[in-house]
Amino acid sequence: MIIGKQKPIEEIKPMMASAQRVLVLGCGTCVAVCMAGGEKEAAMLASALRMSVKLDGRSTEIRDYTVQRQCEFEYNESAAELVEWADLIVSIACGIGVQTMNEQFPARQTVPGLNTTFLGRPMEQGVWAERCLACGNCVLHLTGGICPISRCAKNILNGPCGGSQRGKCEINSEIDCAWQLIYDRLTTLGMQDLLLEIQPPKDWSTSRDGGPRKIVREDLKL
Amino acid sequence: MNSDSQLSKLLSTGQFVVSAELGPPKGTDIGVIQRKAAHLKGYVDAVNVTDNQTAVVRMSSIGVAALLVQMGLEPIIQMTCRDRNRLAIQADLLGAWALGIRDVLCLSGDHQVFGNHATAKNVFDLDSVQLIQMVRNMGETGKFQSGDPIEGEAPKFLVGGAANPYADPFDFRPLRTAKKAKAGAQFIQTQLIYNAPKFGEYMKRYCDLGLHERVHMMAGVGPIKTLGAARYMASKVPGMDVPDEIVKRMESAPKEKRAEEGIKICVEIIEQVRQMPGVAGIHIMAIEWEETIAEITRRAGLLPRPVA
Amino acid sequence: MSIEFEPQITAFTCRYCGSVPADMAGAGHLLYPANIKMVTLPCTGRLDAQYLLAAFEQGADGVCVFACGPDNCHHLTGSQRAARRTVYVKDLLRQIGLQPERLEIFHLGIGQAQDFARIVEEMTARIRELGPNPLR
Repeated sequence: MIIGKQKPIEEIKPMMASAQRVLVLGCGTCVAVCMAGGEKEAAMLASALRMSVKLDGRSTEIRDYTVQRQCEFEYNESAAELVEWADLIVSIACGIGVQTMNEQFPARQTVPGLNTTFLGRPMEQGVWAERCLACGNCVLHLTGGICPISRCAKNILNGPCGGSQRGKCEINSEIDCAWQLIYDRLTTLGMQDLLLEIQPPKDWSTSRDGGPRKIVREDLKL
Repeated sequence: MNSDSQLSKLLSTGQFVVSAELGPPKGTDIGVIQRKAAHLKGYVDAVNVTDNQTAVVRMSSIGVAALLVQMGLEPIIQMTCRDRNRLAIQADLLGAWALGIRDVLCLSGDHQVFGNHATAKNVFDLDSVQLIQMVRNMGETGKFQSGDPIEGEAPKFLVGGAANPYADPFDFRPLRTAKKAKAGAQFIQTQLIYNAPKFGEYMKRYCDLGLHERVHMMAGVGPIKTLGAARYMASKVPGMDVPDEIVKRMESAPKEKRAEEGIKICVEIIEQVRQMPGVAGIHIMAIEWEETIAEITRRAGLLPRPVA
Repeated sequence: MSIEFEPQITAFTCRYCGSVPADMAGAGHLLYPANIKMVTLPCTGRLDAQYLLAAFEQGADGVCVFACGPDNCHHLTGSQRAARRTVYVKDLLRQIGLQPERLEIFHLGIGQAQDFARIVEEMTARIRELGPNPLR
């Protein structure tokens, strides 16, 4: 899922500098699950911002609200009245939610209170790790289920590189070497031969490199 | 083998080859290159020119190599995957060929987090295995990676890859070298070797795989200048194996004698790896200490260098 | 094959322009092959891609959809949705390894009994040509 992390208050405050009425808008889906932008976090951020601006001697009104999922117009409708009331919306949804709000309510600016960081999964409560880069062409069947694009710092397809040491990546000893993991897994699965095949250069055009992407399913259109 | 590359000629006649590394300047001073080249000329068969090594920006490998060609040296350009995509790489190679460069070492490249521009976007369009294959194919088929024909003479470079016998997974390393051979690598250069026995284990498996008959292995060696350098390599450089006794030798030597000890260690290792079946040459890395190359090659009995 | 193969064709129809022509063909004693089995839906907008796939998986040699005209659907957009889903499933058939021509959608008007009979005739001939469903 999408993982994000709230921006520090000192980064959010300048965005609100000229607003009198601010709506902090949370999202109940991915960012709620990674405890960065859900209902609770929206309430806490609103409270923190109220206190902070008060200490600054300003009198900005700050309210918070959370929609089920901020990337869909249907769900954001429930916030319409508050959006109308506000001068500015600080969204702590992922960047998609922020953009959706700007597209849906163009008369109001929605600014990001959160940094969308990566696609990943929870390892344990409070710990999330990256697992996917949305490259558009999944090769997990060739690597024992470990992604070389998102988990290898050099997105190597014929790894490991010479910097793999004791199962860790050369750039940070806390990062597992993806290719050590792939080697171990393929060995366990009895598929080590896959490692001897030369994987050809990746077609990056299905990824960001090919330009902004879109999927159209004619069969599902109404 | 490519007929224009002197290195390739020497390798194909079974000569024990010597290459050395030249680190480009962090600027535009040609004088630096001239001075370093002077330390190498006549003592080595070919000169590796690094490519933004450790992700620190230096004069480009091809730029320096072109100057070396003018100075009568044979350069081996290094090409990493970190900074260039397949378009830039192929374009650079065409230019390199036109400038008289004939040997290429294909590398993944150190991640930019190590260098002085850690906020840069990295490329890694290709990895080193795919790069080796692409460069070799350019020469063999006269085609670009896209399949379009290359106009004029096909750039038939002597293509090399790197090997780190000490990296993990240790068992897989000879197989990865085999993969590079399969991709078309004609020579292999290794990281600095200080643990000769462990390298010997790797070479045994390398020969078992028949690689000694398909590629030319050049063992990486280098003198140690200071105790600090020894300790740093032993603990801070990923993928390096510096045995305790080497560090101890540097420690025990009196401070003014350490450089000499560091050169001695290098010569001993050269002698050890030379005995190992499958080792076709050495690659001396004496970064910022190129003056020692003359002494090292003399003591190791590698002079005079043959004329190809 | 010594016995001539008789295609088994499933026809999904709506209650309007799908099935009325069929009824009228019958009432008018128009001859058409007995190879089709009709499944009537309230509207072809109710047609789910799963129904089309299930028909083939269960052994149908061919599948037809009889729907109102694209601009004439009794429920306004149902027949257009059916058309899009049919296109999608035809591509799935190709990916599966079955001939996409085994599936077809036909848009009819209520009075087109003759056309209905002709279509069934042609579809039966087409499927006869293609042969039995290889999954049977």
